[in-house]
Amino acid sequence: MDYVKAFIIGGIICVIGQILIDKTKLMSGRILVLFVVLGAVLHGMGLYEPLVKFGGAGATVPLPGFGYSLAKGAIEEVDKIGLKGAFTGGLKATSAGITAAVLFAFIAALIFNSKAKE
Amino acid sequence: MAKHIGKQSIKFDLPPSIISAASTVGSKEGKGPLGTYFDVVLQDPLWGEDSWEKAESKLVQKTIERVIQKANLTPEDIQYIFAGDLLNQLTASTFGLRSFDIPFFGLFGACSTMGESMALGAMTIDGGFANYVVAEASSHFCGSEKQFRFPLELGTQRPLTASWTVTGSGAVILGKNGPGPYITYITPGKIIDLGIKDPMNMGAAMAPAAADTIINHFQDTGRTPKDYDLIITGDLGSVGKELALELVKKSGYDIESIFSDCGVEIFDAATQDTHAGGSGCGCSAVTFAGYLYKEMQNNKWSRILFIPTGALMSPGSTQQGESIPSIAHAVAIENKWA
Amino acid sequence: MDQIQNMKKEYAQMVEKISPKSNLLRDCARAFWVGGVICTIGQLINNIIKSFGYNKDEASMLTTIVLVFLGILLTGLNIYSSLGKYAGAGSIVPITGFANSMVSPAIEYKKEGYVFGVGSRMFTIAGPVIVYGLTASVVVGIIHYFMK
Repeated sequence: MDYVKAFIIGGIICVIGQILIDKTKLMSGRILVLFVVLGAVLHGMGLYEPLVKFGGAGATVPLPGFGYSLAKGAIEEVDKIGLKGAFTGGLKATSAGITAAVLFAFIAALIFNSKAKE
Repeated sequence: MAKHIGKQSIKFDLPPSIISAASTVGSKEGKGPLGTYFDVVLQDPLWGEDSWEKAESKLVQKTIERVIQKANLTPEDIQYIFAGDLLNQLTASTFGLRSFDIPFFGLFGACSTMGESMALGAMTIDGGFANYVVAEASSHFCGSEKQFRFPLELGTQRPLTASWTVTGSGAVILGKNGPGPYITYITPGKIIDLGIKDPMNMGAAMAPAAADTIINHFQDTGRTPKDYDLIITGDLGSVGKELALELVKKSGYDIESIFSDCGVEIFDAATQDTHAGGSGCGCSAVTFAGYLYKEMQNNKWSRILFIPTGALMSPGSTQQGESIPSIAHAVAIENKWA
Repeated sequence: MDQIQNMKKEYAQMVEKISPKSNLLRDCARAFWVGGVICTIGQLINNIIKSFGYNKDEASMLTTIVLVFLGILLTGLNIYSSLGKYAGAGSIVPITGFANSMVSPAIEYKKEGYVFGVGSRMFTIAGPVIVYGLTASVVVGIIHYFMK
């Protein structure tokens, strides 16, 4: 059952992105920035957590989920150590994902070469 | 001796002859509708080189070597080379031409460069400043995507108005005497900007420039669409072509029955997924050097107006919110002149 | 001046009329199912990891790492760009798309060296995401502190 919910929620978030791509002149980079900030802000307003509870990976895998992790980390650290936490929490919570991305991207650049598109 | 006529055109009293033409293209262009017209079709987009940029330089070098050979000349016979490409600081051309001992005029007209190089080359010959010149232009799909758009591996979608940069180099040799075809008139273009900001719809950005040059050509020379067998723009693509047609019609010239575009001719949009069509300096250059030149020699057309079109933007200018000014240079080419 | 403005407006309308538009319904359908599948795979990985005894937060973190790995692998194998062409936002919006946006320029700019090519270009598209995401999280954190 949670698979169906993940599928639907994830699909809907992607469709919103697709509408932005097709209907506006926004480039994909700007849409990604918009989504990550939206995820952070919505969590700040307490609106993203319910989506995560319902949709699971459908809410955490898309990029607003990354914003949600960042904001969630900041809030949790603030609760633990006060104002300092706003500065340390975001990166702390997402450190694994970011490090993995940097490391694997670097290794991939070592191994793979650019190939032409046809 | 040439004459300046009208606002911006030049009539050559002793029209220079196009002595030879050579073209080298990538595999996608080889698989397109004009595939059999090109001299060399590369299977490897790197052509054995280390990078896209080096591959494009090799394209330029080999094509110019070939066009000189085809004219039964040697590099010592050529006085000047007029060439350009899309890469920053024209490195594809400069590095490709390093080995030639020929004075070089590097040109930037974006995708209109072939028109610019042929126009300046013709002026140089007719003015008595040279016996033989080379006019060339090139582009490379991968190098151009890397510089202007996105890495090849990035999962993005291209809108239907987007075009596909041609991988290719096209070159011609112009000389004082020869059997033709001849360059009889040129109408160098002005920079025209009607405010289009979308780099994914360059046809729309360039159509006004093409229309302006076409209209001025007719007005300066006193010619009409009936005087030409073919009017062909560089890379307006399917979208830009329709727009240019409308704009030219508004000024009282109906060129629909003889109007085409190299970007539309070079790829089969239905099967090659090239959306609006081919683009890049190479597009008009190889289409002329391969297809148009050969078919003029076959008398399929005896008088054409060749109008390479260029979008004069940089990766940074569009990010700064600037619109895309464009330019189009018209070259009238005829099998006979009175 | 006004004449030019009018010309520009008229031309913009002409362009809008003549330029072909993509099939929104078809694009959204594709984005929906591909994006949905990627998230479902994420859910599957998450459940598998939890079955090994990891707690919710750890499982989420490990799932992210696996998805990032997959996105980068598919990019290196030259599959992700074809997926992107088909699915659009369905492949751009999930975290796999973020990974793809980091590794693509890294591979493409290898020729410019490992420091200024790979190292710096890795962040051309991902950089803004990190800058604005992090900034937003700091602001949220600060507001949360003062709202407590």
